[in-house]
Amino acid sequence: MAEVEIGERLRGLPPGSAVALKLDPREYADHYFAVLNATLRDLGSETDTHTIYVAVTSPAAFVWNVAQALDVPAERISFVDAISHLMMHFADPLPNATYVESPRALEEIMLRVEYLLRRFPHPRSIVVIDSVNSLAIHNPPELLSEFLHILLNTLKSRQALTLVLATADEQASSVDQLLNLVVDETLDVARMGT
Amino acid sequence: MEAPSPDVTVAARERVEPAGPNKLERCPTGIEALDNILGGGVPRGNMVLVSGSVGTGKTTLSLEFLVRGAERGERGMLVSVTEATEKLVQNLSTFEFFRPELIADGSLVLVDLPALYEKLGFDREQLSSEDLDILLRSLHDLIRTLGIKRLVIDSLTSLGYRIQRDEHIRDFLLRLGEDLSEVGCTSLIISEIAPQTDRYSSRGVEEAIVDGIILLYNTRRLGDILRVLQIVKMRGTAHSRALYVLELTPIGILMAPHLKGGRMNEGL
Repeated sequence: MAEVEIGERLRGLPPGSAVALKLDPREYADHYFAVLNATLRDLGSETDTHTIYVAVTSPAAFVWNVAQALDVPAERISFVDAISHLMMHFADPLPNATYVESPRALEEIMLRVEYLLRRFPHPRSIVVIDSVNSLAIHNPPELLSEFLHILLNTLKSRQALTLVLATADEQASSVDQLLNLVVDETLDVARMGT
Repeated sequence: MEAPSPDVTVAARERVEPAGPNKLERCPTGIEALDNILGGGVPRGNMVLVSGSVGTGKTTLSLEFLVRGAERGERGMLVSVTEATEKLVQNLSTFEFFRPELIADGSLVLVDLPALYEKLGFDREQLSSEDLDILLRSLHDLIRTLGIKRLVIDSLTSLGYRIQRDEHIRDFLLRLGEDLSEVGCTSLIISEIAPQTDRYSSRGVEEAIVDGIILLYNTRRLGDILRVLQIVKMRGTAHSRALYVLELTPIGILMAPHLKGGRMNEGL
């Protein structure tokens, strides 16, 4: 089971680690589900943990539905939703989400993550960025590099575990190179649990 | 190779650290990121112009400065020229860390300037230099009697509408600044400016007198509007002149570095 291996690898990392989780687009749904199982359900449900999920690929409402199906307690997860506004999908905001107007408002994403870290001070924080590919659609590479560099370093100093989701085949080489520079480890989900 | 002795390491560290300015006593604003940029806060007793166009966060920043100070036991006074006291209390209540007891127990003093004008018998549209003397004396008395350590005037621009001559504004600020410095009262003076102006105050005389200028403005990047802050000047402080993006939240103002990778300087 991929989620078991992902969970084990993540548990073995020192506090403040930044990890790229590479998903294969041909098996995207299975890999995505395995990642959510390992992060939101297993790691995120532990009593001293709070997860901040930065939703750029799909609206927070969609991810929250999946999380509910996985029995993730609402008080253990908050969302920074940077896509719903852009999709005009904002009629029914989630109580555990904060909404950023655009995935281009990168500083605002940083500040909302900081806000939630302060709002929910837990001994262990997990920050999931879903995904670097979606951010790359909306932002020039130089800006995205600067954003990830600053955000990941800030989260490292806060001892948060940062997980950056990336779709393996679709990555532009510049994004791939950037991820290698800013993360401590890369987990290839396609090679796990087989 | 031998490891340097602790004494050598300390000496080396002392040589590379900037000397002097940051060693002044600081008045922490309570806004963590701003205090980091300022080396711990505004030098105590300094007068700082908080300058910006409408909706850039000048009043919010100044209110947080007062509330955070009151929580530390530093009595603060807000002199409001245009906002009624009830409205100010409403604004303060948006901060989760604000407690109404701070007003009730006198840790935060709200002064409605039009009411003070009335009390002082100022019935003319324009204030004369004698009126300004009386106003300064009243503020002086309030600050000394109440032991005010933090002062905010919101705003100098509105106050200035009743002061016809530039030299009266300059004189008013000079004398107020000297008075505040004597008692170690740190002040934020709000200045409203038009967007896309190259001045920090409506009259252009204030910026030379004050000890510091914090500039707030909106900038545009790829079509999105960002609210940014820059320290333009801060006497006695080796500070960054970089831009920071602001977020006004119920737990206070948060700041992040303004990313430079994209298109810049599309000021509003």
